[in-house]
Amino acid sequence: MIPALVVFAYLGVILYIGIFAFRRYQQVDAEGYFLAGRSLGPAVFLLSLFGTNMTAFTILGSAGHAFSNGIVTFGLMASSSALVIPVGLFLVGTRMWALGKRHGFITPVQMFRDRWECTHIGTAIFALQAALLVPYIIIAVMGGGTTLSAVSGGAVPYWLGGGVVAVVVMSYVFFGGMRGTAWVNTFQTVLFLCFGAAALILVGSSIGGFPRAMESLLGAEGTAALLTRERISPRFFLSYTFIPLSTIVFPHIIIFCLTARRMQQFKSTVTFYPLCILAIWLPCVFLGVAANAMHDVPAIAAKLDARALLAAGDAALTAAQVAELRQAAAGDDVIILMLEHYAPLWLAGMLGAGIMAAVMASDSQILALSTMFTEDVFAFYGGKRRFGERAQVQTGRLFVVLIAAVAYAIALQAPPGIFNLAVQYAFSGYSALLPLLVAALFWRRSTKWGALAVTVWTAASVAAVALFQAAVPAPPPGTVVPYWTVGAVDVITRTPGGTAVWGFMPVVPMTLVSALLMVVVSWLTRRPSDAALARYFSPAGDVRSRS
Amino acid sequence: MTRWMLALAVAALYVLHQDIWFWDTARPLVFGFLPIGLFYHAAYSVAVALLMVLLIRYAWPAGLEREAEGHGGRRAGGGAANRPPETGGR
Repeated sequence: MIPALVVFAYLGVILYIGIFAFRRYQQVDAEGYFLAGRSLGPAVFLLSLFGTNMTAFTILGSAGHAFSNGIVTFGLMASSSALVIPVGLFLVGTRMWALGKRHGFITPVQMFRDRWECTHIGTAIFALQAALLVPYIIIAVMGGGTTLSAVSGGAVPYWLGGGVVAVVVMSYVFFGGMRGTAWVNTFQTVLFLCFGAAALILVGSSIGGFPRAMESLLGAEGTAALLTRERISPRFFLSYTFIPLSTIVFPHIIIFCLTARRMQQFKSTVTFYPLCILAIWLPCVFLGVAANAMHDVPAIAAKLDARALLAAGDAALTAAQVAELRQAAAGDDVIILMLEHYAPLWLAGMLGAGIMAAVMASDSQILALSTMFTEDVFAFYGGKRRFGERAQVQTGRLFVVLIAAVAYAIALQAPPGIFNLAVQYAFSGYSALLPLLVAALFWRRSTKWGALAVTVWTAASVAAVALFQAAVPAPPPGTVVPYWTVGAVDVITRTPGGTAVWGFMPVVPMTLVSALLMVVVSWLTRRPSDAALARYFSPAGDVRSRS
Repeated sequence: MTRWMLALAVAALYVLHQDIWFWDTARPLVFGFLPIGLFYHAAYSVAVALLMVLLIRYAWPAGLEREAEGHGGRRAGGGAANRPPETGGR
């Protein structure tokens, strides 16, 4: 129960931080509430931007993925992000910041509307962005319920844990707006950077050192492959580098880029971002892999037994039994289990708080959705003109409450698997929207019809992949089911983890076709007016003054 | 010229992410416990941070910064198209 009390104390602290931000800064105008008045300093900008990107998956999912798949997890999800995200911030984030500063944009759709002189096409982009963002918020409420329940040993039921998380996040976003969210994210990132390293040292010393654990894994036939990448194809590995392309397209990240006081603040963020990824992901992945050697932790031993039964491929097992074994072998809670076993109670509580911090990263998405709704729909369709800016901010706050309440209601009803998949589609969807953003910022000849083609293609391809995976059941681990074969080439296959197109993840063709559509449709349609182009491109290709 | 070389360096790092040379082997265990494939990608992240230092040093878009920070006449939610669609535009 002590870890649960520490977690509740932590929730109280972040609630105070969010409300303190509200009391110290009266944020009555839209820029003040939604963008912290474009005034965040360098340290808060770096740590909160990084914290915004740390989701439940970063901590629980990465260790769980590493537990099942080995060291490949780091290359798939961390080191590729270490390159792609800072380059995206350097190229795209700085330009978005400059445009926001110059033209007063608060959301990406405002920029698209101005850049391509469109109205309802911007609304279509808003609708797709919002639809792809909602699963994150639901997942966070579910993760909060699961984590609180786990750290309290079941004393806090799932429904109460999810409710507490929804109320806490809603409260500090409601009162603190972007400033409160940024401060909470900064606090959370510092907490996790400190205690992640502590967990690694503590668990390492408790199991008699990591060298012994690694040698024992290498010595066993079933686990030696976890220390290599022999189970993953190079083509699949390459596909994964397309996933972090989504980061700079996420509305909450773009909106966050607009909060920096000066462009100089991107310098430290771009430089330290890869190192922050290293500091957070390496301990999680390594501990996840090392958990395979922890047979003395009863719950982890049970997972290993379930995995061994699955690997044996007993034909007598029914589909229900296989599903049950897969559930039992899943490793999402290995970090919590090893901390419960090896760490002193107070440290387990602090780490539980750190895990909660990551799980609650939905605050930025809730605020972004609220910002987008009030700016791209409410204000755009006349609400701001009719009711004034104060009413716009109040509408944003009401929308925060509404989103949190709906997310909580859905989280209580829906099975978790559905939304894990939805998040998987969302990453691919946002990656496929990258050509839209890049064309708007860097290609004069791009048009609103090209943007519409990309939007329709992205929505259709995400829906197609989701329907395909719902219609064709996943095969057992280690096997694939060819669905469409041309000659000797498997064009579309159903894999245990999703779908493959010529051996690549769907995100690869989705993004490439998206780029092609933007180019072809833009060339076939009339370009924006010279006045619009003059607002965005100087002869040197930079953003220029509109005055 | 410097910018092209930096772009080439970014592309080279992207290619180096695909380290097929350490694909099937765990040894040597660096520091006695880190499989070589994991150590490679940890070192890769540090190399990326160093490249970012070079990007900022030699390719920082200072023009954007000067123009944006020297501008004072913007308004929130700006842009000509960000007005209600009274004209029925797309």
